[in-house]
Amino acid sequence: MLTFLVNAIRLGMTFLLGSTGETITEKSGHLNLGTPGVMCVGASCGCFAEYIYFDAVGVIGINPVLAILIPVAATFLGSALMGILFCFLTVTLRVNQNVTGLALTTFGVGVSDYIIDKTDIIYSLGSDYFTASLPFAQNLGWFGELFLSHGILIYVALAIALLTSFVLNKTKVGLHLRAVGENPATADAAGINVSLYRYSATCIGCGISGLGGLLFIMDYLNGNWEYCVDAIGWLAIALVIFTVWKPNLAIIGSIIFGALYIMSTYIEGFSTETKEIFKMLPYIVTVIVLLFTSIRDKKKNQPPQSLGLNYFREER
Amino acid sequence: MEKENNIALECKNITKTFGNVVANKNVNLSVKKGEILSVLGENGSGKTTLMNMISGIYFPDEGSVFVDGKEVLIRSPKDAFDLKIGMIHQHFKLVDVFNGVENIVLGMKNKKFNIKNATKEIQETCNKYGFEIDLSKKVYDLSVSEKQTIEIVKVIYKGADILILDEPTAVLTPQEISKLFNVLRKMRDDGKAIIIITHKLNEVLEISDRVSVLRKGEYVGTINTSEANEQILTEMMVGEKITLDIERSEPKNSVDRLVVKGLDCYNSDGVKVLDDISFTAKSGEILGIAGISGSGQRELLEAIAGLQKLSGGEIIYHNPKTEKEDNLRNKTPIEIRNLGVRLSFVPEDRLGMGLVGNMGITDNMMLRSYKKGKSAFLQRKEPKNLANKIIKDLKVVTPDANTPVRRLSGGNVQKVLVGREIAASPTVLMAAYPVRGLDINSSYTIYNLLTEQKEKGVAVIFVGEDLDVLIELCDRILVLSGGRVTGIVDGRSTKKEDLGLLMTKSKSGKENE
Repeated sequence: MLTFLVNAIRLGMTFLLGSTGETITEKSGHLNLGTPGVMCVGASCGCFAEYIYFDAVGVIGINPVLAILIPVAATFLGSALMGILFCFLTVTLRVNQNVTGLALTTFGVGVSDYIIDKTDIIYSLGSDYFTASLPFAQNLGWFGELFLSHGILIYVALAIALLTSFVLNKTKVGLHLRAVGENPATADAAGINVSLYRYSATCIGCGISGLGGLLFIMDYLNGNWEYCVDAIGWLAIALVIFTVWKPNLAIIGSIIFGALYIMSTYIEGFSTETKEIFKMLPYIVTVIVLLFTSIRDKKKNQPPQSLGLNYFREER
Repeated sequence: MEKENNIALECKNITKTFGNVVANKNVNLSVKKGEILSVLGENGSGKTTLMNMISGIYFPDEGSVFVDGKEVLIRSPKDAFDLKIGMIHQHFKLVDVFNGVENIVLGMKNKKFNIKNATKEIQETCNKYGFEIDLSKKVYDLSVSEKQTIEIVKVIYKGADILILDEPTAVLTPQEISKLFNVLRKMRDDGKAIIIITHKLNEVLEISDRVSVLRKGEYVGTINTSEANEQILTEMMVGEKITLDIERSEPKNSVDRLVVKGLDCYNSDGVKVLDDISFTAKSGEILGIAGISGSGQRELLEAIAGLQKLSGGEIIYHNPKTEKEDNLRNKTPIEIRNLGVRLSFVPEDRLGMGLVGNMGITDNMMLRSYKKGKSAFLQRKEPKNLANKIIKDLKVVTPDANTPVRRLSGGNVQKVLVGREIAASPTVLMAAYPVRGLDINSSYTIYNLLTEQKEKGVAVIFVGEDLDVLIELCDRILVLSGGRVTGIVDGRSTKKEDLGLLMTKSKSGKENE
């Protein structure tokens, strides 16, 4: 039971990073369906950087701090580049966002396969640094196991989600960003640079989503590359809807998603078919949430009003 | 009241064209501090365009703007803010899910972000001018008038000294209007310059110190309100009669075709948009419908076509084939269409309703006849012949019948739209703004088409904007104002001024709500 919860949290934080990034992006009015692709690219960039770094310094020369920082930086950069590509297409060239996003997903999956094929697919050495936890955690019984035994990225994910929630709701930048996503014409009339906000929000959002991919490989899978990062990406998008665009709610939501996703593995006596049905649960729950929010029609819990719509000032 | 001779804003020789349409031509305008200036004009006279240039949404082609005696360039809404010009648009620019305070502080610079302090300051502003508003309510919970209040407070809080209000009273109830006017007077006494756009004469006379009149994009003149009355203003607004050369034949064998009795209709906001409308459309004549835009024209036509839900009244159709009377209220839009009632609705967005932009003329013809074919496959031959016939008869300029209609010019698109409805040989033909945005020649083609239909015995209902055209083309003209019929006049004997007065006639004592 304890391992189940610990793993639910580990997987959940992957979803959390993905969905926090997507939430920031969506708050600016960009429906980025490229998030699965972005997470793939992020994960593969991070792994690739780790590979290059280890290759350069050798096993003895590895600095534990750099072994984490280098892949994180590479992941963020690689994913943010995907964000720039998305914005260039949708903001500058005003291409339809759904089409762009889906294209990015296919593109991202392909690119990451290509990158990974150039390197190893096992990063257990690097993964050791990511999963390293506080030395005294083991001595604190179930509490330590559950809350303190995790790798650094897990806590980073939590911090990012809380910080995002704070910035969105309590600061001027957050207010402006929400205005851009709700009603870009109004924001524009108020002197807010809509394009700048959309570009930066999408790039930062993609960067954060990408970290989710890295966390999945390096922490949850202990460094074993699997060609299923994009599946995690789709769940991250579903989580955004599940938690009605609130990053602080997403902390709980992500753990629920994580638990639902791995539940079948921990319950004995199921056939493979039944297990696959269990993996569907997060999506089914999302559909139910969507049903309820639309029936109640509360304006507070609706997506940003101009989500998915490109803005062009002179269009009336 | 003491008036300083202190000009806050002055426009000199402003000209603005959109394509080959002249929206403003050599317009002059000035407003003093501590003064309310009304800008009066019909639809399409260029009032809003002018104000958009002052507030930085458009940039004038020619002419100059002076603020406090200095020439300025206003390139964006932000430039306008910096010059302390604030505009309250007809369509509010508010974020629905934000509360009042959040909307007001949006985009503010050089200020520490502190909602608490801002709330206090905004509340003080409200108290100063007598606004009553709950700032913590989300915008989607506010009424129209409260939203407008938020807009005004926003502009004042941001420090505007020159306020422009674009038709602020259009959406308000009389009580709300008098409240708004009190606030405006207070602001005027506080030394602010206020420009208010309107086409309601009584309001102009009530609130403003001076009136500037625009007509068809040109500046007519400015007079002091104390020297003006409704007669003078109407004359300035509609101008001299222009003689057009539209052929108009006498109606022959006119019989009642469509009898409308006491139509009532509410829109989705619960506002009464049609109020006790009664009239008769006869075969073989053109019935014009005049009115300020949004007076209920669209709803009326849609009601007849079966597209509007009505709360009262009936529409009796005298069927020439069966000699029977049908109440169209009990019929579906398709049944109404099959009776021969045709709506060729040409809204602002030509392609939005009626035609599919990416499809060719042939395919667009099929949109109306797809039900005819018996087999599962499309019958292309008939619509193709029809398309070619329309191209030939109406001189539509297009490479061929399969070119997407989106690529055609506005005039040609309209010809296709009207042509298709006429091809169905209707008994009632309704055309709303069929010449909007068209050049003279295309307009005449459309006029002649309508006249031709009338001679064939069709009851034509024509909603138009240009009073000259209405007077020259129509046999009778029905005037709508605020969802009510304010008069039905004879097209041959009526004068433009009479129409203008009827159009601006405000609602009588019986008010909605």
